[in-house]
Amino acid sequence: MSAQGSAPSTGATSVAAVLAERRDAGTGALVGYLPVGFPDLATSIDAAVALVENGVDVLELGLPYSDPVMDGPVIQAATQQALANGFRLRHAFEAVRGVRERVDAPVLLMTYWNPVVQYGVERFADDLRDAGGAGVITPDLIPDEAGDWLAASERTGLDRVFLAAPSSSDARLARAVEVSRGFVYAVSTMGITGARSDVDRAARGLVDRLRAAGAENACVGLGISTAEQVREVLEYADGAIVGSALVAALAEGGVSAAGATAARLAEGTRPGSASAL
Amino acid sequence: MTDNISERLAHLEPLPGPYFGEYGGRFSPEPLVAALDELTAAWEEAKRDPAFRLELDDLHRSYTGRPSIITEVKRFAEHAGGARILLKREDLNHTGSHKINNVLGQALLTKRIGKSRVIAETGAGQHGVATATAAALFGLDCVIYMGEVDTERQALNVARMRLLGAEVVPVTAGSRTLKDAINEAMRDWVTNVGTTNYVFGTVAGPHPFPAMVRDLQRIIGDEARDQVLELVGRLPDAVAACVGGGSNAMGIFTAFLDDPEVRLFGFEAAGEGVDTPRHAATITKGRPGVLHGARSYLLQDEDGQTLESHSISAGLDYPGVGPEHAWLADIGRATYRPVTDAAAMSALRLLSRTEGIIPAIESSHALAGALELGRELGPEAVILVNLSGRGDKDMTTAGHYFDLLDRGAEQV
Ligand SMILES: Cc1ncc(COP(=O)(O)O)c(C=O)c1O
Repeated sequence: MSAQGSAPSTGATSVAAVLAERRDAGTGALVGYLPVGFPDLATSIDAAVALVENGVDVLELGLPYSDPVMDGPVIQAATQQALANGFRLRHAFEAVRGVRERVDAPVLLMTYWNPVVQYGVERFADDLRDAGGAGVITPDLIPDEAGDWLAASERTGLDRVFLAAPSSSDARLARAVEVSRGFVYAVSTMGITGARSDVDRAARGLVDRLRAAGAENACVGLGISTAEQVREVLEYADGAIVGSALVAALAEGGVSAAGATAARLAEGTRPGSASAL
Repeated sequence: MTDNISERLAHLEPLPGPYFGEYGGRFSPEPLVAALDELTAAWEEAKRDPAFRLELDDLHRSYTGRPSIITEVKRFAEHAGGARILLKREDLNHTGSHKINNVLGQALLTKRIGKSRVIAETGAGQHGVATATAAALFGLDCVIYMGEVDTERQALNVARMRLLGAEVVPVTAGSRTLKDAINEAMRDWVTNVGTTNYVFGTVAGPHPFPAMVRDLQRIIGDEARDQVLELVGRLPDAVAACVGGGSNAMGIFTAFLDDPEVRLFGFEAAGEGVDTPRHAATITKGRPGVLHGARSYLLQDEDGQTLESHSISAGLDYPGVGPEHAWLADIGRATYRPVTDAAAMSALRLLSRTEGIIPAIESSHALAGALELGRELGPEAVILVNLSGRGDKDMTTAGHYFDLLDRGAEQV
């Protein structure tokens, strides 16, 4: 069994278990992203809960950061506003705890690496586990530089989700599969976050290569914004990750709009259901 | 003295990266790693390839105007306790600063790896102008990212880049300065990495940039070391350079790293003072962290959010610094000191009036530092200063600062 499948129990439903359950059900998982603290801490928690209540299987909560090089304009605008409104790192754990008290979906944090380094990698891992978090997605931390994090996640049993890209060599994909736990984040296209009209064909090829490298769980992200795209991705991947579309809905129409968008996207996880998109 | 650049490129005793002690590395998104690997391999190969070195050597001789001269500035030095001050005249290079040394090397490398488009960040506009120049020379598409604040204070360079055929994209995110221009260039690179090479402007960023940019800039010190020996008959007591990301400083320091009698001084921008929040003195006031792909010193808050820097000079207005400098600071081989806006501007005017040389505001930080060093080291001391660029681009800032503009002239 590949490393990504197994995690010491943290008392929460694990990401791998949710993905397996959805796979066994013949569908796939919807992974939903929202930034913590946008537009404020309480609303971001309500919105995350609304996502789960409307069909999101796994939550990915992003930590606002001053220099988000992997993010497009929608997420940049939201996270800049969260920072301007006083986001602090400790709010991440409050958000995880707040969400976990109300819904059962596993919660991953998505964070650029410097905030974790400054908080202390071990302390960050402890506080995340204590808050009921499932693990961390690290967009600017590659396995080559992740010694501290591999040790801390090993000790705490937290999931660690590394990125894989169409441009990654076979050796790098093998390494990403080996060290990731929860799933491997397959970057659908060469680019940054933000809705795209068609999710690159490269995604299918990348997931095939990840499977060949032994990946049990691979989720595809970047550019997915419609139920059709979710359905298409779930033909070959275990999860479809949606960010900007949910953030845009929250920005424009508040919690109810974010929930409604999640519900529409979740149609894509039910093959055969007639969607009126 | 030698003008054999290719021979110099063969001797690379400094660390090859990715790590300089605990600093450096590659804290970059996975989609960029293939491009970083490709650049690393291409540079390792190119710097050992005699044909590449000859081509760069020839370009520097026939296009850049190398070797650049050194100038002894006696009237200026009277204000430095009588120490001898020698300027390494990178301001005389084509395009007006040291940035061209790096850019021509990376442009040749771009051709070598078969890419047709270059992108770059720029603060003062000097790296952007140099990149736009090389793109014109080699027929490459060119997009330059520049913080909106900098497009205003370095408007002359924006016009130069556009005249050279580059697209200049003002960046409105974050602090709207160099740091944010780098973020935007990285986003472009992630998206267009198949066709595009990122010509990074300083010794920061992920590996291979800190080592590669240093290798391309070390010609400054290699030439200057011989020139000082020839003129003075011995090595200098101190070498001074301004430090933004740190490329002109590494460029002049590298040749002296193994000369323990030569003290190395980097001068950081202290803006309105290091006891105010408005400065860019990264090593003086920062602490280790990760920014723009490398672990180094940086200005950050408790949560690791990057702080906004401030300097009157756009080229030093950066909250990070190259990892090799962080390492040299920690091991004590180089010393880093802050220089305020006021001290730099005063040195700028002094060099203009005593020597007829108008320096860039960035380089004026090194000049102010040299005045201080001269008074400390005494009249027997020989101080080599890297005059990294000329001041033409800064005339709007200087005009306002010293109130040199007639009412009418200001409208022009
Ligand atoms: C003339 C000049 N000197 C110095 C710098 C600072 O860069 P670095 O520290 O990489 O030499 C710049 C940057 O724009 C510059 O234009």
